[in-house]
Amino acid sequence: MKAKLLNKEKWPDFVQKLATKVILAPQGDVGRERFMPLPDGQAPDMEYKNTAVPPKGAAFPQTETLFRFALGKDDLEESKPSEEMILLGVRPCDARAFTIIDKLFQWDQDDPYYVRRRAQLTTIGLACPEPGLNCFCSSVNSGPFSTEGLDILLTDLGEEYLLDIITDKGQEIVSLTADLLAEAGNDDLKKRDELAAEAEKKIKRSVDHQGIPSGLPGLWESPIWKEVSAACLGCGTCTFLCPTCHCFDIQDETEGFAARRCRMWDSCMFAEYTLHTSGHNPRPTRRERTRNRINHKYSYYVDKFDVIACVGCGRCINLCPVNIDIINILRQVKEAL
Amino acid sequence: MGDNPYIPYTTTVQETWYETGGDRCIKTFKVTLDDQKARESWSHRPGQCAMIGVLGTGESMISISSSPTEGDFLRFSVMKMGKVTQALHQLEPGEKMTVRGPYGNHFPLDQWEGKHILTIGGGIGQAPMRPIVEYVKANRNKYAGLTMIYGARTAGDLCFKEEFAEMSKNEELSCNLTIDVEEEGWEHNVGFVPSMLMDLNPSPDNTIAITCGPPIMIRFVLENLKKLKFADDQIYTTLENRMKCGIGKCGRCNAGELYVCKDGPVFSYARLKSVPEAFA
Repeated sequence: MKAKLLNKEKWPDFVQKLATKVILAPQGDVGRERFMPLPDGQAPDMEYKNTAVPPKGAAFPQTETLFRFALGKDDLEESKPSEEMILLGVRPCDARAFTIIDKLFQWDQDDPYYVRRRAQLTTIGLACPEPGLNCFCSSVNSGPFSTEGLDILLTDLGEEYLLDIITDKGQEIVSLTADLLAEAGNDDLKKRDELAAEAEKKIKRSVDHQGIPSGLPGLWESPIWKEVSAACLGCGTCTFLCPTCHCFDIQDETEGFAARRCRMWDSCMFAEYTLHTSGHNPRPTRRERTRNRINHKYSYYVDKFDVIACVGCGRCINLCPVNIDIINILRQVKEAL
Repeated sequence: MGDNPYIPYTTTVQETWYETGGDRCIKTFKVTLDDQKARESWSHRPGQCAMIGVLGTGESMISISSSPTEGDFLRFSVMKMGKVTQALHQLEPGEKMTVRGPYGNHFPLDQWEGKHILTIGGGIGQAPMRPIVEYVKANRNKYAGLTMIYGARTAGDLCFKEEFAEMSKNEELSCNLTIDVEEEGWEHNVGFVPSMLMDLNPSPDNTIAITCGPPIMIRFVLENLKKLKFADDQIYTTLENRMKCGIGKCGRCNAGELYVCKDGPVFSYARLKSVPEAFA
């Protein structure tokens, strides 16, 4: 599909035209940004690096009602999310994360809640000309201008945004906003490619994952797991803020006679996650839990779904309170192979 | 349940009884699905599990301890341990229990036809093996024989006692019970399950051994089965881990790369021995 141009002066009008659906855009103080519904008449600030909280909640909310019921009654009222939403300004790493967790929520048996929300989600991405300090997307089969998981990719060309239209959903957005858009020329595409090449060069950190998926299980008893988890506080930040972490708990909540069964994000870094009622815990310390986290992302997920469950967004590094660094862990794994 | 795997079936408790006493007593529930269509379409195989629960409290993954050969009801034997199992224990006939499932794989009983079946259970670990025993009893001409070893701490901790007493009268089924320490009035073996296995000294020829029980028992039973020259693919066990969804999404039940809820709970030792977390 041909690329389009949007003059930045028309940006507020463009956003206004999308407002027939719920627009989720980055908001919040610096360092605490997350995707939230955009208030009417506002255009989002597109200058941010990336949000602290990933946008996975658009398809997999932090807490979600599965069904409601009244105590003492057998009737269950299934929750059916039906709002069409647009993620505006999602970074390529986070958009790609959806394609990775799609596999989990659709393998063997569909997860109806996720699948419904995902089908109603349009992703308008924003390319990263200035990657962050701990970004390493380019070494986990992606890049700062990747279009995987996106319906449209926006590239900031200075006065204008270039719109790469990736999917039919992206084309629908173009039809909706056609009077604001101009045709992009070859020069614009060339400029996008130059920016992409420059952005790749600005990425300073990388992971060499060759041999890691098949080699990791062999390092089960390696001393590295104790070393790399020694500082861990078990706070769960690395997993809660990971765009590919998908684990959840299911709980019943009651208020008077009104009740709901809901699910909420959970973390393999918590002891309770695997704790048996008997008191036995197959992963009793942070050593086993860290080992599971790395194995899950870089080995089990690869075995099952043929993709690393990490998009190189760097959040788990940036936001770990004790500076545990997954790139360093993977470097030690690599050396131990 | 329809297309939404998180919506449970409603069932009615038909009968309940206690298998054991004490703080951690085991209560058995016999339930039937309320919806006629669901009841007709329900099918499970020995070894499968179900998420059973009480609305407002939650759900737990429990093995289905009845064989489909017994009728169109489901049986669950539940030890009173935590929040959900305590709520389940309060259920009496006529009350409602929710059920999702059946989940997981099953014992490959078709592949085992013609073979001698040896079950080795401990404590509540007998629950997933009870459907094997029932299934083999119902299809007795398809199997070379059935030997059962079952032990618990005390006579009062043994489940399904009356059924076993009945079975012992039937000479085609060999029923071997044991308890950890001597007790007045106990007429069977005294000693741990792994030692009783050695005393019985079963031949591995044309035999499948299935074991389920506390982790420490399983470890020694596996060692002893190897001493008795059972091959890895003649040995089966079931794993249990904490579960929430039952359909391979929520993440927590994995042992290494295996999801116990989908790939298990039934595994051959040949499969498990290379899975580092399997016996954690």
